Amino acid sequence: MSELNYLGYVVAAWLFLVGLYGVVTSRNLIHLCICVAVIQSSSYVLLLSIGYRTGRPAPIFLTIPSNTPAVDPVVQALMLTDIVVEVTVMALLLALAVQVHKRQGTLDPDRLRKLGG
Amino acid sequence: MEALQIAILLFVAAAGTAVVFTREPAAQAIVISFYGLLLSIMFFLFQAPDVGLSQITVGAVALPLMILLALARVKKQGRGKIES
Amino acid sequence: MTRRVRRIFFLLSAVLLIAVFWNGYSKLPPVGALTGTYGDVVNAITVPERHITDAVTAVNFDIRGFDTLGEEFILFTSVMGAVLLMRRQSDEPGGDHEDRARDRVVPNPSDAVRVTALLLVAPTVLFGIYIVAHGQVSPGGGFQGGVILSTAPLLLYLSGTFGQFRRAAPQRLIAISEAIGAAAYILIGGACVALGGSFLQNLLPLGQSASITGGGTVVFIDLGVGLEVSGGIVLILLVYLEELMEEKEG
Repeated sequence: MSELNYLGYVVAAWLFLVGLYGVVTSRNLIHLCICVAVIQSSSYVLLLSIGYRTGRPAPIFLTIPSNTPAVDPVVQALMLTDIVVEVTVMALLLALAVQVHKRQGTLDPDRLRKLGG
Repeated sequence: MEALQIAILLFVAAAGTAVVFTREPAAQAIVISFYGLLLSIMFFLFQAPDVGLSQITVGAVALPLMILLALARVKKQGRGKIES
Repeated sequence: MTRRVRRIFFLLSAVLLIAVFWNGYSKLPPVGALTGTYGDVVNAITVPERHITDAVTAVNFDIRGFDTLGEEFILFTSVMGAVLLMRRQSDEPGGDHEDRARDRVVPNPSDAVRVTALLLVAPTVLFGIYIVAHGQVSPGGGFQGGVILSTAPLLLYLSGTFGQFRRAAPQRLIAISEAIGAAAYILIGGACVALGGSFLQNLLPLGQSASITGGGTVVFIDLGVGLEVSGGIVLILLVYLEELMEEKEG
């Protein structure tokens, strides 16, 4: 079935929309940060689908001769640094959420007062 | 695409939905650890071993750990406010 | 706006987003058939010209090394932001830390956990250094190895107390080593400029492929990035854990 060949793109769009729904209807700031992580992982699925070539091996030429066609390495390099940067950005977001709780006493985004209260 | 790749993509979509619809952050930390493991299996099945190596440690260890530590801090702050 | 209005607004935007995705995806070829020539060119030149057998590390640290410099500094800055946000404010009481919260009964880790964690510390450090140093040979590199290295002090914390974890990974030492790792990247690029090339141009002799010397400066950049990533994650964990501990009474 040729429609199944687009499944990678569809899963990326689905994860993006589901994560966005979680951010919009969240009732807890930490739950919101985790939904941001889901949105970030949708970009990994999209990049992976872009870089994949059917039937080709991984771009490591240790055991295969160096002129075999392989999967695209440029998008994999993008994904690799993205993953490690994700965890530190999540640490920053969680620290922000903890500080908001310290100042306002609540983690519910609907009940946060404005700044300078 | 092979059957295994289709299956892992569907599992990833289902696990992502599960992460969002788990409303309790403490339970969400466990679900996101499992989601990270599924993502790394997906990376290996799509011929991306470098990326899978990054995702295994980060997604299964570092991210749930930070979520649980932030939750513990919030709980301690909440307890301090009630007592004072 | 109320929750219901927000939900309706989201549904409308979701329909719009799905239309945008559909329009974009219908013009793309199916997964696995996209033809981009840059990747094929990189795959063709990475062993004969750069002597690096791992094409992803070649792209990260050799061919597009400048982009990785930017990503590394994103990491550095967010670690700095997290540490700044979580440190003890001046209006909070300070003091020595005791290793258990006041009303939380923390069971001592069982002997099985302690022995296993202690036994795993040395292999984890060794494996982390191996992955960092062999980035240009097999899957690995500075980022992956740095994350593996950062779990070694965490194993120490699991097998002991927070005091021991803090003694094994003191905050000042970790911060200094992270800064050295971040600076090493720029210094290597600067050294290339000083020796008459362009920034981050590979001026060391490209050694034999499939060994550590393959790729010239890649192994040094890998070590710097490994130091920085592991230092950054251990620093985040230290700062998060430190704020959990209660002060000593009296």
